[in-house]
Amino acid sequence: MGFLRSCGRGDMTAHDPNLPARPNAATTYLYDAYDRAFVRERVAEFRDQVQRRLSGGLTEDEFRPFRLMNGLYLQLHAYMLRVAIPYGTLTARQMRQLAFIADRWDKGYGHFTTRQNVQYNWPQLVDVPEILDALADVDMHAIQTSGNCIRNVTADQFAAVAADEIEDPRPTTEFLRQWSSAHSEFSFLPRKFKIAVTGAEHDRAAIKVHDIGLRIVKNGQGEIGYEVLVGGGLGRSPFIGKTIREFVPRADLLAYLEAIMRVYNRFGRRDNKYKARIKILVHETGIDEIRSQVEKEFASMDLTPFSYDAQEFARVAAFFADPPYESLPKTSAALEQAKRENADFSNFVDVNVSPHKIDGYAIVTVSLKPIGGIPGDATSDQMRVLADASEKFGFGELRVSHEQNIVLPHVKKDDLFALWRMLDDFGLATANAGLISDIIACPGLDYCALATARSIPIAQAISRRFASLERQREIGKLGVKISGCINACGHHHVGAIGILGLEKKGEESYQITVGGDPTLKASIGQRLGPGLRAEEVPDVIEHLIQFYLAERLKDESFIETWRRLGHERFKELARREGEDGSDI
Amino acid sequence: MAPPRRPQILIASDLKSGDVVFLGASGWERDHRLARVAHDATEAAAFEAFGKNEIEKNHVVDMYLAEVEIGPGGVPTPLHYREKMRVMGPSVRRDLGKQAEWASSEAAGEAI
Repeated sequence: MGFLRSCGRGDMTAHDPNLPARPNAATTYLYDAYDRAFVRERVAEFRDQVQRRLSGGLTEDEFRPFRLMNGLYLQLHAYMLRVAIPYGTLTARQMRQLAFIADRWDKGYGHFTTRQNVQYNWPQLVDVPEILDALADVDMHAIQTSGNCIRNVTADQFAAVAADEIEDPRPTTEFLRQWSSAHSEFSFLPRKFKIAVTGAEHDRAAIKVHDIGLRIVKNGQGEIGYEVLVGGGLGRSPFIGKTIREFVPRADLLAYLEAIMRVYNRFGRRDNKYKARIKILVHETGIDEIRSQVEKEFASMDLTPFSYDAQEFARVAAFFADPPYESLPKTSAALEQAKRENADFSNFVDVNVSPHKIDGYAIVTVSLKPIGGIPGDATSDQMRVLADASEKFGFGELRVSHEQNIVLPHVKKDDLFALWRMLDDFGLATANAGLISDIIACPGLDYCALATARSIPIAQAISRRFASLERQREIGKLGVKISGCINACGHHHVGAIGILGLEKKGEESYQITVGGDPTLKASIGQRLGPGLRAEEVPDVIEHLIQFYLAERLKDESFIETWRRLGHERFKELARREGEDGSDI
Repeated sequence: MAPPRRPQILIASDLKSGDVVFLGASGWERDHRLARVAHDATEAAAFEAFGKNEIEKNHVVDMYLAEVEIGPGGVPTPLHYREKMRVMGPSVRRDLGKQAEWASSEAAGEAI
């Protein structure tokens, strides 16, 4: 936690380098005494700040930056606490504690977000220090989940288990977390700053729409390094990130990122919050000039504080070592039999189960998008079931995806049927991962003070319209993403179908975009036409889907059909349907 | 000072709980149906002055006037959908927020 900068030259870490990683734990970083002391100090500090606020020692203007740096917002109905889940990885114990907090201080549920965090919608200010202490009990916190600082660093939810991976991105991500936590120079940036890391060929972390995106790559000599992208982002002005360097050796990564942050901190605009993100700096200045500035800074800075300590990286990486997998055959007779005997289970396996790098194991995506449900919400009971399931079937480890689902990353194929039954009993077996009802949606105006329209009811209506899982599978993979305002927390710009809720003449109005893509082929969706009333949205989606199904070539996804036909064909469809009376 | 086009109520958030509160006859109320209504600019200015004083006393935060229409029995209802959401609670969870408390108190009333 900020330890990299707290140490002297040649001494890269404040941690005990001889302290071994705990064996057979869930594969995630485990706090040591240094980390725990840091978090407890922050809790005590915030407890004091809350007391001073309540007693009048701090005004709201003085208190706001403190509460935001500790993840506490004031929303439409109540305070909201955003808890960090670094690289989306949770242990069963941590998930149970999230359930406990939901019951003890909130209203029995939590909302998993597009940045792999979890939010509580109803905490009272007076209780927040207690909640933070409860989080610290399980090595968690809410630090830097808000404010103009480097936010929780995210990663591929299939890290370390995906078959297409070069390297687990989480040791790098943990390194970045420690570098960026309480980094004094970068605690008051022009605006918030988001970093995502992937180690796989297929980008599941949406690195091209982050302020900095890192892609672990190998150079011609087979050395591991990073392709560094900069200036991506969504919000009011969406941009796809640009490559600033194709290969940064691991030894230089922290220094290179430090150089980027320094250039942003120096030249990023502070006069206009809507133009303060690094994407605007890159866009207005040009990637070549930014690259030149960064390289100049990198060449002139004292690299010693950032010098690569292979021992420290190895220490961190050891926490992420594979769990003790069994040696199993590639196929499971029990699984195949259960699939034959149970069609619902067979659908679940086909849709929500992904290939694992180890024979005999599978990755399970647990959808938090039941038909007609609230995307990303989980009750405390569901959290406990997920914790139990992870312990029983998956080494006690869970992941949160930016699609607002939960992943069990290490499940034996032989256990899939038993797991499915367990999940099904608690409404957690919806077989729609990646399909049209697996909708990303921000909380929107049902909760958020910034929102201009509701997003959840739109997601629910679309989900109900396409409730048939058989039809969803016929449509195939399709990302629908909904934001309740231009800040784009629901990633609508990169939805194959994106929906943006706005206010128009005192009413909620929804703009549809088509053609967004969050992967390495990233693209920003284009507007289909004028805004719609809420009740019109499912019909328009229906028209788009029918058009796609009629026009697609064999095995062609929605986005591929859109690219082949061009946006004008989809706009023509929208105009034609509007003339027929649907008022698009 | 330009007169308000519509009647207004004063909305804020309680500092300790974050709960949405409304200026009523004798202080802050959690139920908008008990909110006092400003019918002219002078009353609205007095409401705002009271609210600013309450902010300085660290009782509430995020205070502002919202336009309302007056229904049967003089009950004010916000005109804008954002404030309609604030007086009720999330539209997707009728079991939460103020609407849930109304439902339970009405149910209790029926039982009595």
